[in-house]
Amino acid sequence: MAWVNAIIQGILTGGLYALFACGLSLMFGVMKVVNLAHGDLAVIAGYIAIGIVFVTHMPVLWSFLIVVPVMAAVGYALQRTLIQAALNRSVLTTLLVMFGLSIVIENGLLQFFSANTRGIGVNLALVTDSINAGSQIQIAWLLIVIFAAAVAVLTGLQYFLSRSRYGRLIRAVADDPEAAQLAGADYRHVFGIAAAIAFGTVALAGIAYGMYSQLDPTAGTDTILLFAFAAVVIGGLGSLWGTLLGGIVLGIAQQVGAQLNISYETLAGYLVFLAVLVIRPQGLITTGNQS
Amino acid sequence: MTSLAKGEPAGDGQRQAGMPLLEVRGLTVNHGQLRALDGISLRVFPGEVYAMIGANGAGKSTLLRTIAGLHSPAEGSVLLDGADVTGLRPERRARAGIVMVPEGRRLFGSLTVQENLQAGASYARPGPWTIDRVYELFGWMRERRGQRTAQLSGGEQQSVAISRALVANPRLLLLDELSLGLAPVVVQRIYAMLPQILATGLTVLLVEQDVSQALRVATHIHCLLEGRTTLEGTPAGVTAAQVEAAYFGLASSGASPGGGAGPAGEGN
Amino acid sequence: MTRAATTAAGNPAGTALGIRVTRSQRNVAWTGAIALVIVAVLAYFPYLVYSGTTTILVQAFIVLTLASMWNLLAGYAGLVSVGQQAFVGLGAYLVLILAIHGTPPFAGLPVAAIGCGVVALPLWWLVSRLRTGYFAIATWVLAATIMLIIERFSSIGGGTGMPLPGFAGMDPTYLTAYTYWAALAVAVLAMVSVYLILRSRLGLVLTAIRDDETAARSSGARTGLARLLVFLVAAAGCGAAGAVLAISQLQVQPAAVFNISWTAEMAFATIIGGLGTIEGPIIGTAVYILLQQTLQSYNAWYLIILGLIAIAIALFARRGLWGLAEDHLKIRLFPVGYWLHDTALAPGRIPGS
Repeated sequence: MAWVNAIIQGILTGGLYALFACGLSLMFGVMKVVNLAHGDLAVIAGYIAIGIVFVTHMPVLWSFLIVVPVMAAVGYALQRTLIQAALNRSVLTTLLVMFGLSIVIENGLLQFFSANTRGIGVNLALVTDSINAGSQIQIAWLLIVIFAAAVAVLTGLQYFLSRSRYGRLIRAVADDPEAAQLAGADYRHVFGIAAAIAFGTVALAGIAYGMYSQLDPTAGTDTILLFAFAAVVIGGLGSLWGTLLGGIVLGIAQQVGAQLNISYETLAGYLVFLAVLVIRPQGLITTGNQS
Repeated sequence: MTSLAKGEPAGDGQRQAGMPLLEVRGLTVNHGQLRALDGISLRVFPGEVYAMIGANGAGKSTLLRTIAGLHSPAEGSVLLDGADVTGLRPERRARAGIVMVPEGRRLFGSLTVQENLQAGASYARPGPWTIDRVYELFGWMRERRGQRTAQLSGGEQQSVAISRALVANPRLLLLDELSLGLAPVVVQRIYAMLPQILATGLTVLLVEQDVSQALRVATHIHCLLEGRTTLEGTPAGVTAAQVEAAYFGLASSGASPGGGAGPAGEGN
Repeated sequence: MTRAATTAAGNPAGTALGIRVTRSQRNVAWTGAIALVIVAVLAYFPYLVYSGTTTILVQAFIVLTLASMWNLLAGYAGLVSVGQQAFVGLGAYLVLILAIHGTPPFAGLPVAAIGCGVVALPLWWLVSRLRTGYFAIATWVLAATIMLIIERFSSIGGGTGMPLPGFAGMDPTYLTAYTYWAALAVAVLAMVSVYLILRSRLGLVLTAIRDDETAARSSGARTGLARLLVFLVAAAGCGAAGAVLAISQLQVQPAAVFNISWTAEMAFATIIGGLGTIEGPIIGTAVYILLQQTLQSYNAWYLIILGLIAIAIALFARRGLWGLAEDHLKIRLFPVGYWLHDTALAPGRIPGS
């Protein structure tokens, strides 16, 4: 039964990882930007949530109502300025700039917040409670909520991209920015919108992670970025639902590894990732085009 | 190489009296070290079909792309209805009414036919062209509107590309190498649509590799060679020999010194 | 009329057109002589200065080695690796393992370097097919994986690390001196290797990749092989640096030797100094050390400032400080290019190599 529990845990953490991953996937699919600062931005969002709760005493669960729009605005601004400037130079420059940003953010957080870990909503019933569904099966409520949130976000994103006018524009610009210009679209603005959406999901990911685990300055890269990337690669570059599947596979691999030996958890996940890289580089789901 | 004084295209009095829809003055464009266009000037009046012809690398597509805003000229200007648009970004020009159908179609691969048209209509100006009207123009399109564009034939893709531009209700439609990669029969069929397009008040500036095709559909032709103008005039006003000379840059063989259409009445 | 392109061999083909092609022989001679003098002076340092200075210099040599490797990778082969800390760590651990089994650490150093080169081969196979951005993150994942695997083995210290054996009974002054010389030797070797590589046929391919990868590939150059070789050399170089690190720290801790800040330091130093130039890493290392000494090493500020400067330079001065200097001063210390002498005019220079 412990194994069943592991699998269930794995599936549910897959939702968290999918939440990590969809921002990364979106930015690469649309702007062809590999956001190495992705995880660190999630951590910042988490810290902002902590800060807001501390200052306003608002219910922790509603903090995302403020953090998400704030991060989305930051995303738009960052895309229109720094990232666009880097994109105008070259792919290499973009990568270097995003790496630089990641290091600056991480060390900035270290400088101002110290390496101590912080959690979000640690005293909330939601965070601490779980369902007992039989011997050895304990499912945290939080994970269920996060999984549901991930599904909701992915569904919303999918719907937005396929049905709405801006979603169509985003896909068009992703396919061919120049041709989109000829149709009257300012691709820099569309990139900005896509970045805003990506950063919004990153904010959710940061808050979710802060609740599920503990935030610390290095969590951005140690956990969030690398797990997000693993989920994207396992699930297939270019597929939103694929990142959910990838997250689930990653989650299951980790939990199964943890069953063998608690310290194997992260390693097991990476080994599965490397295996996928070898066996099927496109990931588990391949679509004909980029998302 | 027949030279032409930069400036006034010859033509009939009506042209010279009215206001051109598009005017290009002294346009010079560089690709790095290479001079792609050297002091090009032309005028396109409403309702015309203005064809750019010339060998590969002559600068025809560069001219169109510069007019569309994708290249910045080193010198010169582009005017739409008398207003200087040289500094406008491509998307602004599209919204102002200069819409280009780019070389190679460049359809949005992950979008369906209908979505491509909807994308094209995103910033449409008011006008007669709607997606429905386009479906009437190209009868086959409505049924296949849910398909990805990769599943269409070359000619069908070209039709979608043109339609995507039409639904934006342009004033000036730029067609870059329509015939590229298409069978002659297909090309003919597409060009046969031109009259219906023109009937709604559009003006067309096109680049065409196939000279005889260009001569068939154009009201005015303009030949480029190595970035310079070698011939300007109407199909009726130039001889085959003149066109050939202008195209290949041969020493003039029987062409009149001013190039292009001489005084009214000079025929082939 | 465009000038004829350079010929690999030298003069003959060009003379007919009135152009003479030479390699920069005289420049090399001067630079080589000066470099030799500098190295000799540096080698004498342990006799001249306090151990505090040599310690700083050891760190500088480590960063210089790493930076010149990263420069090869990202500046010439187009491989942006943010996982080089894997080889730094591996180099350190190889020295540790050898020392545990009786090999003196200084003897273990070259073995560690070669070992890293060998390990790099299967790792290349894992990541080589990925596109630039995904290649970068994949190298990061690899580094994290390698660290997690190594932490499994308590015999080499597990998650907390262990001291480096093999120096028992050695006079500290001599140890400091030997460490210093080892670090100096590794740095010199790294720079000489980079210079030789870039002067060779491989270097031509790399410079072509640096300037325009698609064109390089379509011209038939063996870009795949070139990048593999660079990856292996960089692995060995970083491994050597890691070995020196272990020796200079007298201990090996996974969190320290596998830390992303190694990649941050080598990347920032290279970018600031000048990505894609041989002289860049030297300048960048100097800036790095300067900043670090000014801001006290264990403070996160120097990385923040270094990072901000690197971002600014990546955006506004792509060839870094050295590139700026070159553009204004028109000199080159380590010439690997060719000179075109138009015999009809005064001697000239083609830019770009």
